[in-house]
Amino acid sequence: MPLEEIVAGYGLLGVIAYAVLAGADFGGGIWDLFAGGPRRVQQRVAIAHAMGPVWEANHVWLIFVIVLLFTAFPPAFAALSIALFVPFHLVLIGITLRGAAFVFRGPEIRGPSASPWGTVFGVASVITPVLLGMSVGAVSAGSLRVNEGQVRIEGPPPWLAPVSVTMGALALATCAYLAAVYLTNETDGPLREDFRRRALLAGTVVVALAVLALPLIYWEAPDLWKGLMSVRVAPVLAAGAVVALVSGWALWRSRFRLARVATVGHVALLLLGWGLAQYPYLIYPDVTLHKAAANAATLRFVAVAVPVGLLVLLPSLWLLFRVFKGETART
Amino acid sequence: MDTLTAARAQMGLSLGFHMVFAAFGIGLPLLMVIAEGLWLRTGRPHYLELARKWGKATGLLFAIGAVSGTALSFELGLLWPVFMKFAGAAVGPAFALEGFAFFIEAIFLGLYLYGWDRLSPRAHWLAGIPVAVSGMLSGAIVVAVNAWMQTPVGFERGPHGELVSVDPLAPFRTPSWVHLAVHSTLSCYTAVGFAVAGVYAAGLLRGRRDDYHRAGLTLAMLLGAAAALLMPLSGDLNGRVVAKHQPAKLAAMEALFETRAGAPLLIGGLPDPATGTVRFGLEIPYGLSLLAAHDPNAVIRGLNDFPSDERPDVVWVHLAFQVMVGAGFLLAALGLWFLWAWWRGRVVESRRLLQALLLGSPLGFVALEAGWVVTELGRQPWTVYGVMRTREAVTPAAEVTASLAVFTLLYLGLAAVLVVLLRRLATGGPSGAKGGSHAA
Ligand code: HDD
Ligand code: HEM
Ligand code: HEM
Repeated sequence: MPLEEIVAGYGLLGVIAYAVLAGADFGGGIWDLFAGGPRRVQQRVAIAHAMGPVWEANHVWLIFVIVLLFTAFPPAFAALSIALFVPFHLVLIGITLRGAAFVFRGPEIRGPSASPWGTVFGVASVITPVLLGMSVGAVSAGSLRVNEGQVRIEGPPPWLAPVSVTMGALALATCAYLAAVYLTNETDGPLREDFRRRALLAGTVVVALAVLALPLIYWEAPDLWKGLMSVRVAPVLAAGAVVALVSGWALWRSRFRLARVATVGHVALLLLGWGLAQYPYLIYPDVTLHKAAANAATLRFVAVAVPVGLLVLLPSLWLLFRVFKGETART
Repeated sequence: MDTLTAARAQMGLSLGFHMVFAAFGIGLPLLMVIAEGLWLRTGRPHYLELARKWGKATGLLFAIGAVSGTALSFELGLLWPVFMKFAGAAVGPAFALEGFAFFIEAIFLGLYLYGWDRLSPRAHWLAGIPVAVSGMLSGAIVVAVNAWMQTPVGFERGPHGELVSVDPLAPFRTPSWVHLAVHSTLSCYTAVGFAVAGVYAAGLLRGRRDDYHRAGLTLAMLLGAAAALLMPLSGDLNGRVVAKHQPAKLAAMEALFETRAGAPLLIGGLPDPATGTVRFGLEIPYGLSLLAAHDPNAVIRGLNDFPSDERPDVVWVHLAFQVMVGAGFLLAALGLWFLWAWWRGRVVESRRLLQALLLGSPLGFVALEAGWVVTELGRQPWTVYGVMRTREAVTPAAEVTASLAVFTLLYLGLAAVLVVLLRRLATGGPSGAKGGSHAA
């Protein structure tokens, strides 16, 4: 396999890791904003408790993806930075306010109404994943053109294209779904029931949006559609759909551990399918993996350095999650 | 404001902001690990209180460091897409290594901050060590990127100027990296040591003469003083690299307009680039030639020797250099004074010393920011020294003035809130109760 494909594979894995880990942290913020009912304080406490030790480590996956992108595919990074100047800045504001508000609020949640920092935290957690989803959608939309290094936008900004907006909405719903499912694994009794109901709601929205997205992709992004329906990708998506059903069923029957595994699988498979359908384009239709690839020495370095780094990273991550998310860790 | 100026301002703002938190992320974990280690050895509770307090401050500051660092990773492309397109493959590997250091830092910081009740005391202390080590490493590694921009090596260019072959470890093979990394790491320990010491000096001056305040001052000052005393030595090495590889920067640092043998060292003074003269300065004969080349008669190139579009801004660079060096010698003197008093066991008794430490506590950060102004503005007009100009590197996007305005407000707001929260944390005294195991 050519080096650039290996490195692009790492990048896709990084995107998936960011989605299933940090996505849930955004989702936590969403449910903090929409905490309600008699147990709203306990809901917020459970969310803060679940996020606290891990969100900064989860966040590093985004940096991993960005660094991989500008190291291995510098022209693609440059083109995206120019074309997505506005949404990327908005994402940064969202990320900054969310992280800052989370620590400014502190771990103690008093009183039933949200504190001002709590509200900032919640609102930023809603806006940021939408913008991130829209930015990801922009690479498939087809209106971001790159010619001899010059970036040109055809028609409306690519991040506002219908495909991108759908991606944004899907990202939001997926974050909410992930978080609610994880939280059913970290709570008990009526609180767990609160999150189970929220998970079912978010899951339904995810399915509805996905169904809505299909005709949209068919009309608006025919090449992405062709990719999604190809023999390479369709089985992955089919598997993703099956796993999604499993996760819904497991939630319904209160099989929470199964639901967690299936939800992770569902999000991972959908993103994998999207990545494969996008191949060989980094930015459709002008920037391919091969055209944007950096020189061989750099690619070789990345291809080797990432697995070596993972040898240290994965055991450390395992330790972190074992201490705070393991069986004995529940409070 | 034109795009280039706005982009430079936004980059400087973001880096200057991030750097404060980066320095704390390098210095505070070290102090916290030392304090907890002393607690494990001696069992004296005030060491544990210090470790908890410093851990809490680290948690608060690290979060802002992480988000402002994320902003920087994007801003490299948002503001300088042409630079990143050209250089991404050369500087990316260093950023990738730094990324792994971030992972380790964030993972073990999570374990440390939230693990007080879940890990055994020894395991908890051990979890702090990777935080301190990877903080230091991430700083040293990212500085390699900057070193490559100052003294680029290890690449070949193709017909269109693009990089065709690159040594992925080139940033670590630049002549400036080791010296920059050592100087920058020491500067973080200096800045944090003196800043933290100021908090405890204030407490002691208000009559809180307990073990907690004494130990807090002593630990912070031992770190700060040790690092501050090394700064002039380390800075001399930096200066010699600059003299050899970035002669225009050296001329700007020293406000030397005319090339001459036996160049004097200028202390203070306000350079006027229009007339090529310096007012109010103090000259030490042969000083510059001695320092830069270890030869009193060495020829040093002046600014007028460079084409006018290859000269950095002499006013900013010279003044910032004076601030850094001036602060550096003050800090070294304060460090000596403290060590002498500590040796004689009379730190707390000397109100003069405590007052001086309180007044001097921001100086480390002043020197740190000023030093970066020297390094970065002294590199101008180049983004990659001698290879790519800053104005070629900038984005074509039209909205930079707006993004600069928004980021300025955002960072000012965050800074204001942080000052309030840190004050509350600092004046809170030891936390006393057992439970407080959370970040902020
Ligand atoms: C606590 C902070 C601090 C203190 C006390 C000093 N410096 Fe410094 N200096 C820095 C913090 C700093 C820095 C962290 O801001 C820089 C910018 C880039 C770097 O690696 O270190 C720097 C850069 C820097 C450079 C430019 C390197 C370059 O552009 O390549 C020189 C020549 C010196 N320093 C020299 C000195 C001398 C002679 C000092 C004597 C007292 C001194 N510094 C004290
Ligand atoms: C263009 C330059 C820089 C970029 C792109 C950058 C990027 C980042 C990023 C993405 C993070 C967040 C990591 C996390 O989530 O854990 C971070 C944190 C950090 N950075 Fe930077 N950084 C830059 C400059 C510097 C410099 C000059 C130093 C030190 C000398 C430094 C030292 C640190 C440290 C110690 C942290 C850990 C977080 C903290 O303690 O605040 N960085 N940086
Ligand atoms: C290792 C880390 C660093 C890297 C990789 C880095 C990289 C850059 C880049 C790419 C630019 C824009 C291009 C240019 O203006 O030439 C820049 C400009 C600048 N940086 Fe750095 N920088 C680093 C550390 C710092 C720190 C810590 C500070 C400040 C405290 C700083 C202050 C500035 C300023 C003021 C500018 C604008 C300079 C000008 O255009 O006149 N830099 N830096």
